[in-house]
Amino acid sequence: MNDMSRVERQVDTNEIKLECRDCQVYYGDTHAIKDVNVDIEDKTVTAFIGPSGCGKSTFLRCLNRMNDTIDVARVMGSFKLDGEDIYDKRVDPVQLRAKVGMVFQKPNPFPKSIYDNVAYGPRIHGLAKNKAELDEIVEKSLRRGAIWDEVKDRLDAPGTGLSGGQQQRLCIARAVATEPEVLLMDEPCSALDPIATAQVEELIDELRSRYSVVIVTHSMQQAARVSQKTAFFHLGNLVEFGETGQIFTNPEDPRTESYITGRIG
Amino acid sequence: MPILWLFLIVAAISVIGYAMGRSRALQSAGGDIRGLHSLPNFYGANVMLKTVVPAFGLLIIWLLVQPLYVDSQVSGLIPDTAIKEGSSRSLVMAEVRRAASGLDAAVSQGQLPASVARDPNADVAVVTQGLKDAGQVVTSEITQPILNAAQSYTSMNAVGYSVMSVVVILLALAGAAIGWWQTHADYRARNVVEQGVRVLLLAAASIAILTTIGIVLSLVFNTWEFFKLYPASDFFFGTTWSPSFSGRGGSSELGIIPLLWGTFYISIVALLVAVPIGLFAAIYLSEYASPRVRAFAKPLLEVLAGIPTIVYGLFALLTVGPLLLDVFGDNGLGWMKAGTAVMTAGLVMGIMLIPFVSSLSDDIINAVPQAMRDGSYGLGATQSETIRQVVLPAALPGIVGAILLAASRAIGETMIVVLGAGAAARLSLNPFEAMTTVTAKIVSQLTGDADFASPEALVAFALGMTLFILTLGLNVFALYIVRKYREQYE
Repeated sequence: MNDMSRVERQVDTNEIKLECRDCQVYYGDTHAIKDVNVDIEDKTVTAFIGPSGCGKSTFLRCLNRMNDTIDVARVMGSFKLDGEDIYDKRVDPVQLRAKVGMVFQKPNPFPKSIYDNVAYGPRIHGLAKNKAELDEIVEKSLRRGAIWDEVKDRLDAPGTGLSGGQQQRLCIARAVATEPEVLLMDEPCSALDPIATAQVEELIDELRSRYSVVIVTHSMQQAARVSQKTAFFHLGNLVEFGETGQIFTNPEDPRTESYITGRIG
Repeated sequence: MPILWLFLIVAAISVIGYAMGRSRALQSAGGDIRGLHSLPNFYGANVMLKTVVPAFGLLIIWLLVQPLYVDSQVSGLIPDTAIKEGSSRSLVMAEVRRAASGLDAAVSQGQLPASVARDPNADVAVVTQGLKDAGQVVTSEITQPILNAAQSYTSMNAVGYSVMSVVVILLALAGAAIGWWQTHADYRARNVVEQGVRVLLLAAASIAILTTIGIVLSLVFNTWEFFKLYPASDFFFGTTWSPSFSGRGGSSELGIIPLLWGTFYISIVALLVAVPIGLFAAIYLSEYASPRVRAFAKPLLEVLAGIPTIVYGLFALLTVGPLLLDVFGDNGLGWMKAGTAVMTAGLVMGIMLIPFVSSLSDDIINAVPQAMRDGSYGLGATQSETIRQVVLPAALPGIVGAILLAASRAIGETMIVVLGAGAAARLSLNPFEAMTTVTAKIVSQLTGDADFASPEALVAFALGMTLFILTLGLNVFALYIVRKYREQYE
């Protein structure tokens, strides 16, 4: 929050990456997301905050059509990535997810070596022409995941053998390796200790220089630390969306104020 | 007194003890359950346990020990002169036991007066005639030493069983009395009963283990007998299996290699059928099928596992064999002479194994956490890429276990082989020829009328032992694989 003036200046110059209008999500008969309008900006960290069950994770999963894998979920509304509707019939959800990567709440490295974990995405999308190029991608991604120095001597060791914080950074490196344009993070630090959390937050800040990052978090301090824009969800509604500094210092909606001061949620 | 009566008497004592213990406990607390350490039923159960456990324990031990004791005593009564040339003490003892049970039967049928049967100086000719009249098998004339031994055998057993009945009943009464006397409001009956339950569970576990040891020992001893009669090197390295059926031995060739080859050939064909089909079925069921299809298809697939193997054998004999013969027989490609062949048995066995592979693999694939799949989808992988590169590697140890379990089944399978693969032991690479397996030959060697002490019958134990060691090795290997991969994946 101390660099708020700089953040504001940046926000002014960024263009909109992902435009969401009148979004509705139903789980069976439950109306989980109601009339949400959000603009995710490029090269910006956007935080979704709100009490448990308010729909922030559900909304995040709409952005790369992960809800398609849930049978009972129905998504309506318009989601435009660079002006193209991602729910259009012509869009292949698999291609979309390569562009809109995702990091999950619990670190979920595959039961493979560290190298193969990171090389997984580049391999299935054919991003590397040969082994040397793949090696390069893996190293670059691991460096960007701020975990290279810790694992460079044991790339063949299983990814599942790392500590929780290392696993999560490995998962971030894995997501980065496919060169996504937007990176979605669903409570990436909830399973981590404060030191690992600090490392991941630092990483998120670095990632901002290349990607548009959307992060769901329960920790308001974290949202304040890492994001430039914040959206507050409550009971499936988007209550307030604006610059992080403003949300935390001068919220317009009384519900936002109650939440950030700890009276609800 | 028959054992059943003894059993019922002890049971009756224990039930009475239960009721008395319960009422004494209530009485000692002045009729108020809250004054007791344990619920009244525990006091009853405590008395019951103390009645039943020592009494039945003694009963079992007595029943095991008495025949051994009587045998050794009676065997000492037979003078060395009574053992003929070419015979042995154990054969004479078998005759004594036959004579003893024959005498009892003859007396109860009225062919022989009881006084004669018990008279140590009775005329052996009369006794022999009496036994013959009673329809008891008498291989030779009863001699004086055998008659005397049989008589003392009978009387010692009779005395032994009466003493046993008395002692067991006394022990039951004493146990009940101790239990009843102990019963008091402060007595910790619940803890004692819990201990008893623990011992019961331990006993159940040990019986399973001891039985396994017993089975292995019986195999080992009979195998040892076999190797005394037949050279081990000929058994393990002989490439011909042609037992002589005259029972005289000498001309038999008992090489295990053709049988092992048949076993492995048929098992491999079966696994080649079962593993891909089962695994693909499991992948479809767990990853692609809608819940409704799954709820319907999985039980249906598991019905296959419930079909008795003899029915599969009939299917092989009557349907698959002729069908293969049409295609590969003399009217078709000309590779196949008759419906019974490795291919017939292997295909049908493969069908039998599909549910083993699919059902286990399905459970294992379902156990792979959804987070793995989400992680892969989140990177833009398709469903089939996710299954091939993430789900299957994660499920691999379990799948290997399922396959090896199916392999054990295939190696041990008998009925399908008997009906589908024929009975000819042959070393051949042609899968359309008849072959046979170790298990099928064990059956045919033991169901024939060969003398039980001949190598032709004893070879069954050597075959069983070999099979046991092979499947044990397979299981150990499976465990090793599963553990090795698990270390890597968790």
